[in-house]
Amino acid sequence: MGVEIRVEGLTKSFGRQVIWQDVSLTVPAGEISVLLGPSGTGKSVFLKSLVGLLKPDRGHIWIGDRDLPRLSESKLYETRKLFGVLFQDGALFGSMNLFDNVAFPLREHTRKRESEIKRIVLDKMEMVGLLGAEHKLPGEISGGMRKRAGLARALVLDPEILLVDEPDSGLDPVRTAFLNQVFLDLNAQIGATFLIVTHDINTARTLPDNIGLLYQRHLAMFGPREMLLSSEEPVVRQFLNASKVGPIGMSEEKDESELEAEARSGQDPGRLPPIPPQQMPSDGLIRAGMHAPGAWCAAHGVTPPPGSFVDEQGRDWVEEWPRYVASMTEAAGMAGSVPSRPGRTDPSRRRYDAGAES
Amino acid sequence: MSGRVGDGVVNVMIREPGRFFALCLDTGRAMFRWPFQWREFVQQAWFIVSVTVVPTMLVAIPFGGILSLQVGGLIRQLGAQSYTGATAVVAIVREASPLVTSLLVAGAAGAAICADIGSRKIREEIDAMEVLGIDPLHRLVVPRVLACAFVALFLNGLVSVVGLMGGYFFNVMLQDGTPGAYLASFNAIAQLPDLLQAEFKAFVFGVTAGLVASYKGLNARGGPKGVGDAVNQTVVITFMLLFLENFLISALYFQLVPSKGM
Ligand SMILES: Nc1ncnc2c1ncn2[C@@H]1O[C@H](COP(=O)(O)OP(=O)(O)OP(=O)(O)O)[C@@H](O)[C@H]1O
Ligand SMILES: [Mg+2]
Repeated sequence: MGVEIRVEGLTKSFGRQVIWQDVSLTVPAGEISVLLGPSGTGKSVFLKSLVGLLKPDRGHIWIGDRDLPRLSESKLYETRKLFGVLFQDGALFGSMNLFDNVAFPLREHTRKRESEIKRIVLDKMEMVGLLGAEHKLPGEISGGMRKRAGLARALVLDPEILLVDEPDSGLDPVRTAFLNQVFLDLNAQIGATFLIVTHDINTARTLPDNIGLLYQRHLAMFGPREMLLSSEEPVVRQFLNASKVGPIGMSEEKDESELEAEARSGQDPGRLPPIPPQQMPSDGLIRAGMHAPGAWCAAHGVTPPPGSFVDEQGRDWVEEWPRYVASMTEAAGMAGSVPSRPGRTDPSRRRYDAGAES
Repeated sequence: MSGRVGDGVVNVMIREPGRFFALCLDTGRAMFRWPFQWREFVQQAWFIVSVTVVPTMLVAIPFGGILSLQVGGLIRQLGAQSYTGATAVVAIVREASPLVTSLLVAGAAGAAICADIGSRKIREEIDAMEVLGIDPLHRLVVPRVLACAFVALFLNGLVSVVGLMGGYFFNVMLQDGTPGAYLASFNAIAQLPDLLQAEFKAFVFGVTAGLVASYKGLNARGGPKGVGDAVNQTVVITFMLLFLENFLISALYFQLVPSKGM
């Protein structure tokens, strides 16, 4: 079903270097959230803190009623079973082939028979497009393949929370698109909470339900996708426009004089382009966490630029949305239970698999 | 500036030893957790044997020979040729073999273990393991520490035997000693506790080398260079610790076990 992560006033430093401070956010259960930020702002450190690999200096991480930094060792190991984590470099066990890597959690934590393990592993390998490479060692495959194998391993125990560190670094654009589709479909199928760190603007604009931006040792903003995509905040605009103009410099932040010069010459990160329609899961799947297109803008009196939510085929998703949801829920035989936002997903709302009763 | 230096001193004198000690305690606890990782233990023991046996023998033979030559010459001047066998025993079994063992265990086994764990650490394998609910201390460190100790015991025996044979060879073949005298004096002064204390030393050395290597490996950071640094530090720190332990155990041994009279 997915579990909510509630972070309150989290601060982390290494020695005298403060990585980020006072980070508070709620990653809604069952939704896909994306975390952005310039290189080196501590996104990987944040993910590692969420699974208790790094101890924050202050603050709370609530997973249900458990405060992660204050759990005993055994409780922590227990809680970690909720998580699937894909590390930045895949973090496969170098001495095992891909099959054994993916099978590892099953062999450790379940009493499944070897034949069943094989079925599950091959299923996940197919999902990430690695069928046929089971017997390769991690040292013998490309970085992108390691990523995908790491993802298969993270998925094998059907986690409630999936933390993914840069799924698209080292991956070609086509595979990135496929992988994003895998995330959407997975989210629809297992309803897990996703938190994805990425540098890919295209992914950030079209994949998630929520976006967060880490900048200058703070969480600059975290909220629904439409909120950030229509934001007036210079940092957000610069980052999402991939612009050189704005407060983010090559090394952390620009100094005053540079910013003044930019302001005097009338340079600006520029307005954000129209909000693109959100990517949909494959036919027959509905994600519980999906926001109705335009709902946030309407609720907050923001006028999206003309042409927002129109996809390549010319469909306007603001109009298309109710029809889409109706047809999907009808196909699933559950008319009426339509996820529409804004607002938090109702935790009682389960996933809707077309054809499968839930 | 003085703050930096102060930080460094606190780090080296207090924090690092403290963290190392914590790791030792945690490893001790993990050692008694079920199930024991037999496979890993056997694999590691075999691996350590494979990197240490040949160098050990190659060091032990000349070591025994040199001791015989040096001590033999001295003893002959004192007119006590018949005791060369005895001196070889004392020198080789009591001191030289634990020392040679420690050099090899620290230099070869410790370095290999640290490199292995360190590269797993920087590839984030250790983190992944923890996230998958497996305690790396139980899975990786305990079998390695025990394998190190086990192999050290075995190496110590090997060095004693090979060293004595080397000594015998040099004494009898090159210094015209007689086999009878060598063996007789051997019997006169050798005692079982000599061997036992040497084996005890070897065990302690093995555990120490395994723990230091694991500690340094688990704290490696900063890419491949970080692993290289960790291996380097492992070897140096292990040497220092082993020589210190050797001294302490020898001193205790002389207090506790009276030497056999001649
Ligand atoms: N174990 C550690 N000890 C000390 N400093 C660390 C450690 N891990 C990370 N850092 C520091 O924390 C900062 C943030 O690192 P992090 O890897 O989280 O960045 P990131 O946002 O993931 O960057 P990228 O987008 O390039 O992956 C860096 O300055 C790094 O030097
Ligand atoms: Mg990172």
